[in-house]
Amino acid sequence: MSFVFYILAALTVAGGLAAMLLKNTVHCALALTVAFAGLALLFLNLDAQFAGFAQILVYIGAVAILVVFAILLTRGSETPRDGVFSRTWLVGLVIAAGVFAVLGWAVIGSVRVLPHETAVPTVTVLQIGNALVSRYVLPLEIVAVLLTAAMIGAVIVAMHEKEGQK
Amino acid sequence: MTQLASYLLIAALLFSIGLAGALTRRNAILVLIGIELMLNAANLNLIAFWRYGPHPELLTGMMFAIFSIAVAAAEAAVGLGLAIQIHRHAKTTDLDAMNRMKG
Repeated sequence: MSFVFYILAALTVAGGLAAMLLKNTVHCALALTVAFAGLALLFLNLDAQFAGFAQILVYIGAVAILVVFAILLTRGSETPRDGVFSRTWLVGLVIAAGVFAVLGWAVIGSVRVLPHETAVPTVTVLQIGNALVSRYVLPLEIVAVLLTAAMIGAVIVAMHEKEGQK
Repeated sequence: MTQLASYLLIAALLFSIGLAGALTRRNAILVLIGIELMLNAANLNLIAFWRYGPHPELLTGMMFAIFSIAVAAAEAAVGLGLAIQIHRHAKTTDLDAMNRMKG
């Protein structure tokens, strides 16, 4: 187990924890960006260069900016008076702890049958591109339609309605 | 402990953190952030299984993760648009205050 993995894992988990625990919503968005960066580095550590750079472009470049815009547009940076956690926070915490216990138990229990260290796969972007337009061309088209529909839908949902024009 | 198991444990931890946040935070945008964390944890699982699986040259897990990233981006755009619209309508993003579906 390499030293780099522990650093990246600690960075990612710390970012995720901070994103969920901090009071100021803008700080949460910044912590989320740290978690995304840690995940991208974990992808690179797993020899998935394309996925790692796609993660940086899509999440750090687009989703984080979108989240900051939404926070500023909704004035969410003001800390509410009655706390940032909902009334039923204990139930949520218990459910999350239970899910982690089950997942951890499943992983620990299957350590013996999990595959061991394998040779580093050499995957070029050319291969990924070829796969995208040959074997995975139908999902690619569907994702293109989905992204277009989501973009139009987001604009229509967030569009300002003028008075008396429903 | 194999490397794959460590990655799976980190992904499980991240998923649980996201789930806890999505279930306990009041702010609608923070709930969306929690869902994004959960999606990312799933992506980490996919990439780890692709890396240590028997046939990495088939690119199955990698493709799954790439499509998952694209769908998550679409989900984030629509979700944040909805959060902005709800704030404009109800003047709050507090989910505890949103207790009716009538416009």
